[in-house]
Amino acid sequence: MSVVRGYLIPHRPQPLLAPHQNPGYADLRRAMEQVAAEIAALDVDLLLLYSTRWVSILGHQMQADPNPVWTHVDDEFHDLGTIPYSFRMDPQFAEAYAQAGRARGLHCRTVATHGFPIDTGTIMALSLLNPGNRLPACVVSCNMYADRAETLVLGKAANDALKATGKRAVALSITALSNRMFTEHIDPAQDHISSAKDDEWNRKLLEFLGEGRLEDVSQLARSFTSQANADSKCKAIWWLGALMGQHNRYEGEVLSYQALYGTGAAVVRLVPSLKAAKDQEFDEDDTEFFHGDRGVLQSATPGAAAYASAPIDAAPVAPVASKPPVASVAPIAPVAPPAPSSVKVNTAQAPKPVGAYPHARREGEWLFLSGVGPRQPGTDAIPGGPVWDAEGKPLPYDVEAQTRAVIKNVQVILEASGATLKDIVDCQVYLIDMRRDFPTFNKVYAELLGPSGATRTTVEVRALPTPIAVELKVVARLKA
Amino acid sequence: MPDQPGEIVAGVLAPHPPHLIYAENPPQNEPRSEGGWEELRWGYERLRERLDKLDYDVILVHTPHWKTVVGTHLLGLPHFASKSVDPIFPNLFRYTYDLQVDVPLSEAIAAEGEREGLVMKMMRNPNFRVDYGTITACHLVNPRWDKPIVVLSSNRAYFYYSNEVGDATMLALGRATARAIAQSGKRALLVATNSLSHRHFTVEPDPPEDMSHEHIYNMNQHLWDMRMLKLMREGKTRQLVAELPDFNEHAVSECSDGSLTWLLGALDLPSYPAKVHAYGTVIGTGNAIVEWPHAEAKAQAKAAAKTAEVAP
Repeated sequence: MSVVRGYLIPHRPQPLLAPHQNPGYADLRRAMEQVAAEIAALDVDLLLLYSTRWVSILGHQMQADPNPVWTHVDDEFHDLGTIPYSFRMDPQFAEAYAQAGRARGLHCRTVATHGFPIDTGTIMALSLLNPGNRLPACVVSCNMYADRAETLVLGKAANDALKATGKRAVALSITALSNRMFTEHIDPAQDHISSAKDDEWNRKLLEFLGEGRLEDVSQLARSFTSQANADSKCKAIWWLGALMGQHNRYEGEVLSYQALYGTGAAVVRLVPSLKAAKDQEFDEDDTEFFHGDRGVLQSATPGAAAYASAPIDAAPVAPVASKPPVASVAPIAPVAPPAPSSVKVNTAQAPKPVGAYPHARREGEWLFLSGVGPRQPGTDAIPGGPVWDAEGKPLPYDVEAQTRAVIKNVQVILEASGATLKDIVDCQVYLIDMRRDFPTFNKVYAELLGPSGATRTTVEVRALPTPIAVELKVVARLKA
Repeated sequence: MPDQPGEIVAGVLAPHPPHLIYAENPPQNEPRSEGGWEELRWGYERLRERLDKLDYDVILVHTPHWKTVVGTHLLGLPHFASKSVDPIFPNLFRYTYDLQVDVPLSEAIAAEGEREGLVMKMMRNPNFRVDYGTITACHLVNPRWDKPIVVLSSNRAYFYYSNEVGDATMLALGRATARAIAQSGKRALLVATNSLSHRHFTVEPDPPEDMSHEHIYNMNQHLWDMRMLKLMREGKTRQLVAELPDFNEHAVSECSDGSLTWLLGALDLPSYPAKVHAYGTVIGTGNAIVEWPHAEAKAQAKAAAKTAEVAP
């Protein structure tokens, strides 16, 4: 199992800097120290973090500085003090993670810049949960535009990277629950959840998590966001759910639930289990490959399409001298994007269309092929010879060779569309000389297409657009 | 009390894309480029030429990238020096800064803000790293760094409550800022450092300064930006503020961070035309460099009033 267990961890700095100000802050600190002890007892290679406090715009960023060192002050709670840090990251894994993300259609890049502002959430988590930098860590950013689909794919990419590197990890999801902070100064000793409604929603989520129902919570995220102003739309839960397997088979335990300046803060443990607490109640879509708005740069120049698919992620970030090579990371195969419901299909393996039409068009489960002749891709040569010459004089031709070539071209287009000859449900046949050619054509058809059981209509036409004797028009149905 | 009341000499809308500094290759910034975003950079040149002719003591910056929920915070120590690294574009902006803060004026603004009923807080942690929006805007407006600055954080009222509440809060903060300046006897330049429409591309060309890929994110953003610039040029800032909630919502505007509204509040919603020095896009967002020549406009209004008095 790649992810040995997952934790939800809060991100405001009070448990680290001011546990004495409120018993709740101290309890969160106690729970995080318990988590540190639990992690220390595990046989794992890596801490894998997602922090809602690290906001990115250009896709997702993975921290790849092997030893980020700085002195951090929180933007809001700067009066609580300074946090000096020196962490141990796993740049090789960060590169594998970025590569896995790109293979799933995400825009990902690593950052390894001295002085990069690591966020308060990550700093608090690593400071309290990983004393002495016992384990290396990898942190990924929270893209401000990312929706559920993109975040699920990010979680799955993390799993791909773990499998590719053979590493075992503890997943740390750094997030608040309800996220309505007080907007005025408060006496920390009087801290509480900002409203009874937010508190009730937090408790509902924590009850589910305590039962191990991570996927149910992931699918409740939109409601939670609208009702309790969830931190970053619950992206950290989406990420954790996708990383850990999108199910409810966990042993869950809420180790602490407290208020942090009005927001909901919880420490939760989720350990994979063989037994599901409950069947999933919800049925949100699942996503394997992110399509997103990656084509926005293409409108500027005609040649931009090729550029847009180029691996632009790796280039801009200045490398650090101490960054280890990444050659040992096994390449991760791209995930094939599922075909959208309506799509045109063209393939270089079939003869070029003689007009403004695609080889095929997919509409949902149905596949409609344009008329297909025997011409050979690339050369336009006609097996069995053309039926007339340049002046239009008739020529002898071999209809069997033409028929076999037609069916071969149909097969190529079907395969480019994700179908086979067996998926044909209807076939229209056009012959230029029914009396001469039908018996031979019919024999070859029976041999090659008879097993499909497709319905068929054969008609004679006076001519076809190129000097050929046979053309097929096919409709196929794609298997689910 | 000073002999003369202080005044605002000018207010500027000065967006802070780090790309503009990256393109300029100043010695303080580590990455190197081959240029780019020239329309905006030339606009900043025109702005600096005009500012060089002004006599002012201090620059006040309201920055979207110091985000605070509990009120508005101000830098409260006289000196900060460190390296600013943009967390979104670390490949473009790693800038070593050394700046001076006008702490008495900052404290006066905090006091006046509290009189307006606002929540205010001074930031006195010496290890605090000043946000990259402030650093970028200050460099672009005054690359000599020879004036002290006042830095105000961006309160999140727009996001916690509504655009309307956010604008009301920032207008109040602007009024408080103007009173504090008047009491200080200082001549101040005000900098609102936000973009206009603000939906970014989520991918970046290689190299980032490849201008063949730069354009506005969509036509809606362009139309909204032009609408806002038209109102600025016509001196219709009251109408502009009335339309800001729609602008923020429809064009994902960075005005929802409050900087422009703060500036217009401090200038008492000016009715004289603003000078648009440049408009350009940066990674899909709309950016305008706009100047409200406040002292000049006030002097002209005063002269016009005098002429009207002596006219038969």
